[in-house]
Amino acid sequence: MGHALTNEQAAARTLFHLQDEHDHEAGGSTLLGFWIYLMSDCLIFAVLFATYGVLGGNYAAGPGPKDLFDLPLVALNTSMLLLSSITYGFAMLSSYRNNVAGTQAWLFITGLFGAAFLGIELYEFAHMIHLGATPQRSAFLSAFFTLVGTHGLHVTFGIVWLITLMLQIGKHGLNKANTRRLACLSLFWHFLDVIWIGVFTFVYLMGMLR
Amino acid sequence: MSAHEHASEPHGTLKEYVTGFILSVILTAIPFYLVMGDVSWSKATIAFVIMAFAAVQMVVHMVYFLHMTPRSEDGWTLTSLVFTLILVVITLAGSLWVMYHMDTNMMPKHEVASPL
Repeated sequence: MGHALTNEQAAARTLFHLQDEHDHEAGGSTLLGFWIYLMSDCLIFAVLFATYGVLGGNYAAGPGPKDLFDLPLVALNTSMLLLSSITYGFAMLSSYRNNVAGTQAWLFITGLFGAAFLGIELYEFAHMIHLGATPQRSAFLSAFFTLVGTHGLHVTFGIVWLITLMLQIGKHGLNKANTRRLACLSLFWHFLDVIWIGVFTFVYLMGMLR
Repeated sequence: MSAHEHASEPHGTLKEYVTGFILSVILTAIPFYLVMGDVSWSKATIAFVIMAFAAVQMVVHMVYFLHMTPRSEDGWTLTSLVFTLILVVITLAGSLWVMYHMDTNMMPKHEVASPL
């Protein structure tokens, strides 16, 4: 019942604390947390892809993929997003060298490519709706607009975030917080490109094969 | 502090980004060509090949743009990715499988069932 610890107990306790408690700098786990958010986002897209997979053939005697999809336009759209991916990479490389002007310039170009992607997508949607291929027309079109629209909405918010970050970097420079945000947006932006690979393969290319 | 420096933080190099970009362009162009060009393969073959290209391109993006390594964040990014992929496969394969069979087995047939 003594209060004194035996040597072994003391050693065990020290070991326990050594293994379990080390310093975590503020924001040190942000990237992992953001990654886990992206994984949950991935599940949203999985469900939308599954919905499209199930309903994608139900045209309700309305227009099908072959009547609506314009593959050269989709190819152009795909290249916009791909180009924006590498320009974002160049922004990251500039930020590693602490080059504020370079980072801002590449972010701006990335934003332009993102905006071009959105513009082309909106043009496509407007064209489809003009033809009467609205989300209400058939289960195929409901699933199509939900899946592709959700991706487009993500890109929209990515651009809003990108502009916000450019203003932040303009005001505070490449400090620790902004570098962290830049890394998070990098994950977000490249993740959207990964989702787009699924979209152009399963929706557009496979749609033309049906 | 140096003992716990975040060496696992993703840091890309110019070479990595350029490699990833070139691979992505190739892996995107070929599926588009297979569908848009006059390729005499069967539709099933083309579908299989473009799905394979998509899978490879996703891995290319993960490695060269998202800088995934088995070691990043002490392995937690890979662990969460694998867990997510399991759920994605269950969701996609399960939905398609179940709904396909619901469709073929439960939709009313037009021909009248033959009398016993």
